[in-house]
Amino acid sequence: MKVLCFGVAKEIVGNSELILDNDKGLTVGELKSYLNTAYPQFLEYKSYVVAINQAYADDKLSISPSDEIAIIPPVSGG
Amino acid sequence: MDSAIDIQVLSTPLSIDACYNFVLDEKCGGIDLFVGTVRRWNKGKEVTHLHFEAYVEMALKEMKKIALAAIEIYGIEKISIHHRIGQVELEGIAVIIAVSSKHRKSAFEACSYAIDTLKNEVPIWKKEFLIDGSYWVNSRP
Repeated sequence: MKVLCFGVAKEIVGNSELILDNDKGLTVGELKSYLNTAYPQFLEYKSYVVAINQAYADDKLSISPSDEIAIIPPVSGG
Repeated sequence: MDSAIDIQVLSTPLSIDACYNFVLDEKCGGIDLFVGTVRRWNKGKEVTHLHFEAYVEMALKEMKKIALAAIEIYGIEKISIHHRIGQVELEGIAVIIAVSSKHRKSAFEACSYAIDTLKNEVPIWKKEFLIDGSYWVNSRP
């Protein structure tokens, strides 16, 4: 599955997209645990949220491999 | 309802005229405009320029939600929200919100609601470039 990265997340991951080897799905909380382990720098920054199919998602939501997944660091528009 | 809403994320300089002209309406007695500009000094540090990045498709959806809520809550006629992406220099325009309403109070309130909500909800990120470095705003520990 593909995860879109923006802002500081793009710098932490080193790419605007992250490809995860997972074809059976997982929850948003499990995705965050994976990211925090694979990229401990995430723990040094303020918390981020995850968007699924362009909507904010809570930790319990299940993600399927075909979903559009994005890491949303704290926003700072305006 | 869509004819009352103008939402755009643009990589070219924003136009106050475009937002103003969109909301101008003979039913309205007032237009409130908020224009967010790049300032030189932030928390004592000297800024050289900003860079804005957006999750464009989702940003457009979230901005539309704000516009619909502003109409619903404050009973305004029209709203235009334009946000810039890419590099913006000092005094450059980062965001414009224009609201037209029959009376001024609801226009002021809706405009304030829209910019406050945009800053909290819309997936857009600002990187601040200082004389001595750069960082993503709000992301630092």
